[in-house]
Amino acid sequence: MYTQALDTHGREPVPAAEGAGPAARFQARIDADEKIEPKDWMPEAYRQTLIRQISQHAHSEIVGMLPEGNWITRAPTLRRKAVLIAKVQDEGGHGMYLYSAAETLGVSRAQLIEQLLSGAAKYSSIFNYPTLTWADVGAIGWLVDGAAIMNQIPICRCSYGPYARAMVRICKEESFHQRQGFEIMLTLAQGSAAQHAMAQDALNRWWWPSIMMFGPSDGDSRHTAQSMAWKIKRFSNDELRQKFIDVTVPQAQFLGLTIPDPRLRWDEATQHFQIGPIDWSEFYAVLKGNGPCNRERLEARRAADAAGAWVREAAAAYAAKHGGRAPAGASHG
Amino acid sequence: MSAGAAAPARRERALSEALFRYVLRLADTSLVLGQRLGEWVGHGPALEEDLALANLALDLIGQARLLLTYAGEVEGEGRDEDALAFSRDAPEFLNLTLAEQPNGDFAHTIVRQWLIDCWQLEIYADLAASADERLAAIAAKALKETRYHHRFSSGWLARLGDGTAESRSRTQAALDSLWRFSAELFAADEVDERMAAAGIAAPLAPAAERWRIRAAADLQAATLALPAPQPYPWHGKRGVHTEHLGHLLGEMQHLQRAYPGVRW
Ligand SMILES: [Fe+2]
Ligand SMILES: [Fe+2]
Repeated sequence: MYTQALDTHGREPVPAAEGAGPAARFQARIDADEKIEPKDWMPEAYRQTLIRQISQHAHSEIVGMLPEGNWITRAPTLRRKAVLIAKVQDEGGHGMYLYSAAETLGVSRAQLIEQLLSGAAKYSSIFNYPTLTWADVGAIGWLVDGAAIMNQIPICRCSYGPYARAMVRICKEESFHQRQGFEIMLTLAQGSAAQHAMAQDALNRWWWPSIMMFGPSDGDSRHTAQSMAWKIKRFSNDELRQKFIDVTVPQAQFLGLTIPDPRLRWDEATQHFQIGPIDWSEFYAVLKGNGPCNRERLEARRAADAAGAWVREAAAAYAAKHGGRAPAGASHG
Repeated sequence: MSAGAAAPARRERALSEALFRYVLRLADTSLVLGQRLGEWVGHGPALEEDLALANLALDLIGQARLLLTYAGEVEGEGRDEDALAFSRDAPEFLNLTLAEQPNGDFAHTIVRQWLIDCWQLEIYADLAASADERLAAIAAKALKETRYHHRFSSGWLARLGDGTAESRSRTQAALDSLWRFSAELFAADEVDERMAAAGIAAPLAPAAERWRIRAAADLQAATLALPAPQPYPWHGKRGVHTEHLGHLLGEMQHLQRAYPGVRW
């Protein structure tokens, strides 16, 4: 994913007194669907909102490599192994484009990563759940990447040019991931009884966290109105969540799997699937750091960063000695 | 079958058995090294290196798939890439002992990678001219990938060797530790001799000489010292491994072993 209600956390940006002239012109450009580019004037609150949202999105891609990476060494066939490595690699690439997009707003990747490692920055809560079986890799592709697509397609039209352009590229890959995940689920659901049970168990564990990826209900969500006016956000959390449910429930039926919600029903009047109540206490527990894998995820990122420090220092020392030139024949910097 | 036809048929069978083992050695080396690199994904020293290590893993697993598929066809008993990857136990794996060594720190991973990249550069370059067209085609593709891998590993060898005091001592230590497995890379046995006699693979001695020259040049660029020879005869390519391989396979083969005979 993986923007969610990432924008629900953190401080409300306070519009500063920046003069009515530029602010009015800025809003007029947004209203005319013009893209805002890095060198353009923008309100400080707009900049801060974007930095927070884009960096949380980038962190989510990076932390999101961990739960699926957990199955790379155990993928059941060589084809599945290759596809999974490529998928996790894509997520890392998404993180890179997004850090670059955030850097156009005047922060450095190093600063942002420091915020992630210190625990100050948030990332999508979904990655604080464990991948316990191979079916979880399928469920993540199908549900988590599926939810990501719902969230991210509108961001392709975001008012901030670099974010919108990064998202176009990312969305193409996410939909590929979603299809691959669904295909894993289909193979399992049509496989042996044990495989079918593995798929059902994964759906049982990933359904509600996926539903919560869209963030709190509209009544409880901060920022939405301002983000909508700035065209950073185009649909409310509940609208996106409903879209996801309407697309996903028939897919589960096609798989022959049962959505773990006894109150789920088709509503003739609204022409939507209606779900039972969401347990928001779980969402907030995970968001506050008490989910099943919050500690492991941050520790894994910190351990990689600490173990890599001498490598990064060596690269910098080599570059300083050799006038910034890469080693002879080395293409990689 | 007449008595006169028996001897050529026997020779044919012996050649095909040797070819099967030869292809498995290449395949298993790529597979086991790719599996090791897969352990890095998500844990690299920086995002760029994470993605580069994933690329290497993907290439190596891709090579392994082509080679295992071919090995299965040469064997003629209906085993596909997955049957060979997931249903053989350690003594049936014929990878170079070096490939199965644990990742260790980034310096160990780079030194291991660099040693094997230098080996694959020579082996694939020769095989690209093989009388066996299938192997020649696989080697030509793999050679292109290996050139990139070698640029990555020799580039990092130089950065680490000629970087800080810490990176230098870590990298020299990795080199001193892994160098002992390098003697196996070009130690020819009856399988290699049969392949050379049939024009399938080139003799190993000239490749070994080119490897030595390249390795020395890369080490010099990295300001690292060539370790002394440590001539214990490792036999990974004959199926005699270090303790590490069994654990690697236990993890890799877990699902296929726990749920035999199903589709994934
Ligand atoms: Fe992604
Ligand atoms: Fe994805």
